[in-house]
Amino acid sequence: MDVYLPIANLSVNGLVIVGLGMITGMLSGIFGVGGGFLTTPLMIFYGIPPTVAAASAASQVTGASVSGVFAQSRRGGVDYQMGSVMVAGGIIGIGIGALLFNLLQRLGQIDTVISILYVVLLGSIGGLMARESIQTLRAERTGIPMPPRKRRHHPMVANLPMRWRFYRSGLYISPLAPLILGIFTGILTMLMGIGGGFILVPAMLYILGMSANVVVGTSLYQILFVTMATTMMHALTTHAIDIVLASLLLVGSVTGAQLGTQLAQRSSPVILRLVLAAIVLLVAGRMALGLGWRPDEIYTVAPL
Amino acid sequence: MPLALLLPVLLGGARDPILVTEVSQHEVDLQQGFTGTELLLFGAILTPEGARAAQDYDIVVTLKGPTQSVILREKQKMAGIWINAASIELRSAPSYYAIASTRPIADIVDDKTAAIYELGLKWLQLSPIGAIDPEEQARFAAGLVARNEANGLYREEEGGVKVNEQVLYQARIGLPSSVPIGTYTAETFAISKGRVVASASSTVEVRKQGMERAIAHFSDDYGLLYGLLAVAVSVAMGWLAGRLFARD
Repeated sequence: MDVYLPIANLSVNGLVIVGLGMITGMLSGIFGVGGGFLTTPLMIFYGIPPTVAAASAASQVTGASVSGVFAQSRRGGVDYQMGSVMVAGGIIGIGIGALLFNLLQRLGQIDTVISILYVVLLGSIGGLMARESIQTLRAERTGIPMPPRKRRHHPMVANLPMRWRFYRSGLYISPLAPLILGIFTGILTMLMGIGGGFILVPAMLYILGMSANVVVGTSLYQILFVTMATTMMHALTTHAIDIVLASLLLVGSVTGAQLGTQLAQRSSPVILRLVLAAIVLLVAGRMALGLGWRPDEIYTVAPL
Repeated sequence: MPLALLLPVLLGGARDPILVTEVSQHEVDLQQGFTGTELLLFGAILTPEGARAAQDYDIVVTLKGPTQSVILREKQKMAGIWINAASIELRSAPSYYAIASTRPIADIVDDKTAAIYELGLKWLQLSPIGAIDPEEQARFAAGLVARNEANGLYREEEGGVKVNEQVLYQARIGLPSSVPIGTYTAETFAISKGRVVASASSTVEVRKQGMERAIAHFSDDYGLLYGLLAVAVSVAMGWLAGRLFARD
């Protein structure tokens, strides 16, 4: 099924794109991450211009997180207060990200920065996840239980001024902490075309110390609004959203998300986490190869 | 006297052969279902007297897309990673260029003629901005050509022009699906003894059509509405899928 993409200016196999969306949708259904970290690089490997890939991936993440947010909010899994602070931060981050994007594009270093971000972020988070799930697996085998993790926030968070009470998260911390976290992920969303769920979830657990039952819902809530804002920002500045491409991705990802949710209920969470870690590390490794060994293209052309 | 007798013979080569050229389509529409296409550049060549002439002439056809001002960047390995380290600015890089000929260009014309008529990827006039070391410029030009050959945007087919019955010639030139929009120039050259003795050119319009054209305009001219539409589509599809599967 050949489909001509009017903004990317090329023809692709529509089924491949739907399949791509489905894989990332399944990830979002299983793990509660948007899957943008996989969609964007895979689209670039497929030959879609990087800017179009990043811009169009954001709307796919929106679609994949919508039903998740509804489901989570029904069971009370969203801390709206915390989520809204992070959305505010995210919107500031998108603004900063757009400026950075523009600056780096003019310097000609945007692809290098994106690749480095991918390698560093995916590499470290994938590594952490892999280590944790292997430890858990080993603990299950040997029967020696893991030491329970103490839930507390990072000391730096405790030092921030002006504390608020976040009842659902069970926290009494400064709103500056989630705001800064929001800004950080907003920048990444704009630059990398990712939702940032795989960074948000561990950061909310281990840096903010939120209670686990609201982490996934609140992160989805933040991702939903931040990716919407990213889509708007791209529509207004880069004009690089390919709505045909985004629709194909969406068809795959929204169905994949539902399949993933059902699959998640039948599988062991530790194995799933190990699989996710492997996928994340694989993407990071592929990016590292392009940076350190040999890039796909030595010469690149940009309009003057 | 002998000189006067020789003169018509010498000038005979300068009399233009008759070159009739045509392109299979003058408009290429980019829309759903477009996966790239092939243009047929064809025509006939006759001597000034109207006799079959193809054995006397070499035919070269070129198809050139609109030129753009671009910055060409080169990655180099620095501190262990590949980053964009050098760049040059080119005022007239063709967005698309294809050439086909009856024989290898080097056998048909000398380098000077090839450079004048831009016959071959080696001879593209890229017009670099600023003073640039010729060696460096050649390296960048080779890089640009290699990149665009890999993308299918630059093509060189020696032997790509076929001649039938000493009079009809034809060349097939492929356009990939990523072909840039704009006005293309198709040129045909008849070359004899290293000199271009006749040429003809015509244009081919590559444009987006229908829905694809509408989407491209919508995205460029009404960014806010386009963004709202993209958001609405993604929210609606996510919500719909949630509802459909929840009922199962």
